[in-house]
Amino acid sequence: MSTPSRYWREIPQRYRLEANSCAQCRQKFFPPRLVCPECGSRDLVKTKIEEKGKVISYTIIRVPPSQFKDQAPYAVGVVELDDGVKLMGQIVDCDFEDLKMGKRVRIEFRKLFKKGHSGILCYGYKFVPDS
Amino acid sequence: MREVAVVGIGMTKWGELWNKSLRDIYVETALMAIDDSGVDHIDSMYIGSMSSGIFVGQEHIASLLADYLGCAPVPSTRVETACASGGLALRLGFMEVGSGMSDIVLVSGVEKMTDVGGDEATYALGTAADQEYECYHGITFPGLYALMAVAHMDKYGTTRKQLAEVAVKNHKNGSKNPLAQFPFEVTVDDVLNSVKVADPLRILDCSPITDGAAAAIICPVELAKKLNKPIVKITGSGHATDAIAISQRKDMTWLESTYKAGKSAYEMAGKNPGDIDVFEVHDCFTIAELCVMEALGLVDKGKSGEAVERGRTAVEGDIPVNPSGGLKSKGHPVGATGIAQVVEIVKQLREESGERQVKGARFGLTQNMGGSGASTVVHVFERE
Repeated sequence: MSTPSRYWREIPQRYRLEANSCAQCRQKFFPPRLVCPECGSRDLVKTKIEEKGKVISYTIIRVPPSQFKDQAPYAVGVVELDDGVKLMGQIVDCDFEDLKMGKRVRIEFRKLFKKGHSGILCYGYKFVPDS
Repeated sequence: MREVAVVGIGMTKWGELWNKSLRDIYVETALMAIDDSGVDHIDSMYIGSMSSGIFVGQEHIASLLADYLGCAPVPSTRVETACASGGLALRLGFMEVGSGMSDIVLVSGVEKMTDVGGDEATYALGTAADQEYECYHGITFPGLYALMAVAHMDKYGTTRKQLAEVAVKNHKNGSKNPLAQFPFEVTVDDVLNSVKVADPLRILDCSPITDGAAAAIICPVELAKKLNKPIVKITGSGHATDAIAISQRKDMTWLESTYKAGKSAYEMAGKNPGDIDVFEVHDCFTIAELCVMEALGLVDKGKSGEAVERGRTAVEGDIPVNPSGGLKSKGHPVGATGIAQVVEIVKQLREESGERQVKGARFGLTQNMGGSGASTVVHVFERE
């Protein structure tokens, strides 16, 4: 069983969508990085990701990992945000038939799963249709 | 660098081997390779294993297996780069022999996956993806490859049936491989009607959970000539990495690590994709085989589905892929897969593959991939 510190240290990203960007080449990173893989710069400045974007791929998970059993089937997608950042997350409040490439979505803060029988509740971002 | 040859291979029947432990499976297989080569000792050994710690609760297997093989105190090294661990074991052994550090090296892979239940196996395999930014959101390995499949279908018009054709072809080949876990044929309808796992992938698009090992003995070509065995040289080796999280790649349909590792291996061997007679590639999911074909330059981008549908990758086709049955039919004990590919290529180049033999094969290639493509190891082989 992992200690709460592992969960706690990801909170800036999962709750507040904190990212950083390269002061040299302007590339934006989520999660934040210590060195820019594009230009090698170590001069990175704090920023936040955009909260809207489009679906660039998706799937419906029918056979889930154990901690997601009560949610299956559910959709997971990769979304490209309007600032170019790409990230993975569940796509919810959306019928499976309405999932499409290019579909506009926005980030919402949600509960993701519970860690074990008496474990902590894990929160973070999910995507919902942006109409 | 010295020229290096594969002089011995070993592999036993793969499957759900309830009555055999990790060490049993491993030692049995390693002894086969030693016997096949005719060497009387080994100088060093490498073992590819992705996750013995989760699958059987045992780390430190390099020493455990050297001991049970009766080879301690030879240096023994465990290698891990997810499902490409076996391929990397070969590469490190190749470097050790090529450099002159050692003469006879056992390169091998093993995974004992059925000592845990399905949930735990899913968890263990999931550790090859980004725990904080992929698994945290409920993705699974079939799910990651499904994301690649959806993107490939959208970008290139690849069809659901073309994906199924990969499984049909590999099961047909595997039905002629007595060591395969599932040595039977399936039809397109079987695949299309099988249980959904992660849309659009179904259970018959996925490689199985398998117990198994594979091993090979490598040595300098000069020494190989004295052993009176057919000589299969390793002429090219490539290894490359990419972002572990699929969202961080520029194009989800393109396996950059496979492209880069392939390029290095082709260049080292002085060969082009068109020179290779037989390929063993990492078809952990049907879509993977298609993306790998494109990244290795077997076909142009977006043309893999059509090539499979037209039978070009069948044993009798012009670019035979996975005559062993691939991961799909032969099974996928993750750490062992990269070495099992070598076993098949050596058999093919020795012309010992029976009914699934690619006629006149002289040049072969193995491509072994970790995670959703964040690591790839490629080797090129040549029969002398």
